[in-house]
Amino acid sequence: MYVAVKGGEQAIDAAHRLLDEERRGDRSLPQVTLDQIAEQLTLAVDRVMNEGSLYDRELASLAIKQARGDMIEAIFLIRATRTTLARFGYAEPLDTQSMRVKRRISAAFKDIPGGQILGPTFDYTHRLLDFSLAADAEPAEAARAPSELRSDMPRVLELLGSEGLMEQPSAEAGEPEDLTQDPLNFPAGRDLRLQNLARGDEGFLLALAYSTQRGYGRTHPFAGEIRLGTVEVSFTPEELGFPIVIGEITITECEMINQFKGSTTVKPQFTRGYGLGFGQCERKVMSMALVDRSLRAGELGEERVAPAQDEEFVLSHSDNVQATGFVEHLKLPHYVDFQSELVLLRRMRAEIDIAKDRLEAAE
Amino acid sequence: MRVLSLSDWRDLESYAKEVAGTPHDLLRAPETGLVMLRGRMGATGAAFNLGEATVTRCAVRLVDGTEGHAYVMGRNAAHARLAALCDALLQGKDSGTAVSEMVIAPLEAKLQAAHVETSTKAAATKVDFFTMVRGDD
Repeated sequence: MYVAVKGGEQAIDAAHRLLDEERRGDRSLPQVTLDQIAEQLTLAVDRVMNEGSLYDRELASLAIKQARGDMIEAIFLIRATRTTLARFGYAEPLDTQSMRVKRRISAAFKDIPGGQILGPTFDYTHRLLDFSLAADAEPAEAARAPSELRSDMPRVLELLGSEGLMEQPSAEAGEPEDLTQDPLNFPAGRDLRLQNLARGDEGFLLALAYSTQRGYGRTHPFAGEIRLGTVEVSFTPEELGFPIVIGEITITECEMINQFKGSTTVKPQFTRGYGLGFGQCERKVMSMALVDRSLRAGELGEERVAPAQDEEFVLSHSDNVQATGFVEHLKLPHYVDFQSELVLLRRMRAEIDIAKDRLEAAE
Repeated sequence: MRVLSLSDWRDLESYAKEVAGTPHDLLRAPETGLVMLRGRMGATGAAFNLGEATVTRCAVRLVDGTEGHAYVMGRNAAHARLAALCDALLQGKDSGTAVSEMVIAPLEAKLQAAHVETSTKAAATKVDFFTMVRGDD
């Protein structure tokens, strides 16, 4: 247990000044600007927005600068910032069907209406270091097609839905629960699980998703559709009473197709997992979709045998701010606690010596 | 309201330069807060809470009593105030026509041009993969 300590103000001030200087690095070099971070370290900014659970590119860029590029520290800063702001309300659910698509692929069907759009992807690059970037070479302008993409990209999973081969999500259910308002309780509904996963640590979700592929709660996934693009955000202010567009955000969406579920009354259908995240975050939403599907084990009548199917395990350990808080608090002074352990250990050892002496004396 | 919120602040500032000086009172001074964004399970199912976004709101009243409101994502107080002012002016007959022509139309054209650029660049990456037939062995 951590016990409060007093004193040390001067040393702490000096430590923070040292931190500031180390953050600045070589003063003969220009400082990195927030615009540069927002524009050139885009995916780092996206990750901080996702796991910080706050869409604001400027704040995320500042957090990255302040945290010296430590992502979890930056996420922590964002989470702390959001607690200082009032909540105006809930936006209308995002309509990802109307997304202005930058990338859209399906690994399940080759020919899909609207086409496979690769977009700005690391896929199919050779993963060789590009030394022209070290020399600050300016890239060529992106190629342009003579015409635009169709604006209403049909959903790949709906193509299967129309044949009855795909389970259909039900749109009912009342007001979704909100993790930021009430503490997490188990069993958690899918709404809470998805909110938790959306702000969950990418590395943790990636490892869990990978574990399902390796046999720990197999779900036989196919990437049915992945899309990246912008969607408009609508919100209904109380004083107006009708929804207005308040801006747009970049999001990534992943719909996984998984193996079948049927019953004596319903013919077998594909099942699905869903992932959605701020910015460009394909690895995150793919992992989220796999874990979402695994966590539906109970609902789909599957035996829960693997960690990724155990919602209490997954949801309680996915938050890296909570996790880092508990792990890192170990470095704060635990002097009193440790003293008591020391006393205990000494007593145990002494008791053994006494018992031994008695035994020897008896012999 | 849509165009005023979606547009880049620098664009709004430059197109609305002439109306920015219109006298008005603040009904609600610019205030930054949060809106919780929502997604839908499986894209079309029940809603879930995805994560928050910063939003700045402002409300103004013109001398003739017309009110204007704005909610703009981000933390730019000046953007929210100018958007609220334009919203108020858009409700007037003459001022509405003027703001539509001077501010909204060019902003909308800019947004449209940006969308075309994004879309044609994405369209250039459309791919046709050939499926290789697997051998029998």
